Amino acid sequence: MELSKGWNLAQMAQNVANDIPDGAYVNLGIGMPELVAGFIPEGREVIYHTENGLLGMGEVAEVGYEDPELVNAGKKYVTAIPGAAYFHHADSFAMIRGGHIDICVLGAYQISEEGDLANWSTGDEDAIPAVGGAMDLVAGVENIFVITKHCTKSGESKIVKHCTYPLTGKNVVSRIYTDLAIIDVVDKKLEVRELAPGISFEELQELTAAELYMSNYSI
Amino acid sequence: MINKIVSTVNEAVADVFDGATVLISGFGEAGSPVELIHALVDQGAKNLTVVSNNAGSGHVGLAALIENRQVRKIICSFPRTSISVVFPELYRKGEIELELVPQGTLAERIRAGGAGIPAFFTPASVNTPLAEGKEVRTFGKRDFVLEYAIKADFALVKCSKADKYGNLVYNKTARNFGPVMCTAAKTTIVQAKQIVEVGQLDPECVITPGNFVHRVVEVANPADESKLVAEERRYPWN
Repeated sequence: MELSKGWNLAQMAQNVANDIPDGAYVNLGIGMPELVAGFIPEGREVIYHTENGLLGMGEVAEVGYEDPELVNAGKKYVTAIPGAAYFHHADSFAMIRGGHIDICVLGAYQISEEGDLANWSTGDEDAIPAVGGAMDLVAGVENIFVITKHCTKSGESKIVKHCTYPLTGKNVVSRIYTDLAIIDVVDKKLEVRELAPGISFEELQELTAAELYMSNYSI
Repeated sequence: MINKIVSTVNEAVADVFDGATVLISGFGEAGSPVELIHALVDQGAKNLTVVSNNAGSGHVGLAALIENRQVRKIICSFPRTSISVVFPELYRKGEIELELVPQGTLAERIRAGGAGIPAFFTPASVNTPLAEGKEVRTFGKRDFVLEYAIKADFALVKCSKADKYGNLVYNKTARNFGPVMCTAAKTTIVQAKQIVEVGQLDPECVITPGNFVHRVVEVANPADESKLVAEERRYPWN
């Protein structure tokens, strides 16, 4: 495939941001999901939750203004917006499990056609297992958006029939944003909502290890 | 007369015994009671079960406690960072036990332990390897996993201000596990950046009420763990 095809990272983040409505309470996972905050369309107010106890997370702290006691889930130095609130971990996860966070954006190793997500372990025997808050987030937040490259560096589809990596959660993903398409998980089926410029449905299907359907609502 | 103030960190942790379960606050370096942990390294209690979100960075704080071979088992959600070296090495050699728990489940198990709730059902980890061997029950149309409360012998917690009654306030995201950990230990030991007179903390703003706390020690200038790690410091001090 030519490199010019598909969306770049900024465009992927913009695609996610476009789907975050005004007034939403949003948790952004570590890595690619963090980019989304920079692309929220003007006029929308979005409040960011970080699971280590802050509602109203602001931008990353400027050099020289880092506070080691003000960090995000990725342990980056951040800021708090006016109107922010701090709370302890049990309250933070009560927000998550209790349905008080509207949208969570996460990365993925694999997503299955039924919306299963694997994003915490590749099952590598030598790796140190670590899960963090991912399992609580996918279990508790209704809208789980995944932002990921469509294929791995070695060219394998990240969207699969069944995940071979250990699951983070079953039937949890609502929408997938890749560099090639935006795909909804609807009734355990993958419906393509939008194709990236220059990508045909047939090309996308060829690069995807699970069956795709064209959505009635596709753009 | 109630006075929970002790004068040194060494005195504060003197009675931690071999085999104790110890809750240690912090999310990475934010809220980690580095000076209390170092006092526990000096004190030398062994075969500890440590409950903490992470497993330490570099060779200071919790990593130093592990490196000093005082920890038999760690219950945590995320035992690695880009700069954690001690835990991964011992884990690969099979010399430390790990109980991996989703972060929210960890917080809730500790909260339950402090609140007199022996167990609870959570949706987190259903259908994943972390739910293997655990009881699953269906409520409505959803499955939930049974998780048991965590109660501990000691809690080591960092806060920003305390008074002699043990009332505490915290600073920003350094609060994290502190408030729930204070509730779940027989002996809760707190290092405060500042000890203030009784009455100076606004009762409306107290986060941890004093009856959850047993000892308070002032550590006016706590170390920045990340700075120590960057400087490649080790405890006992190199």
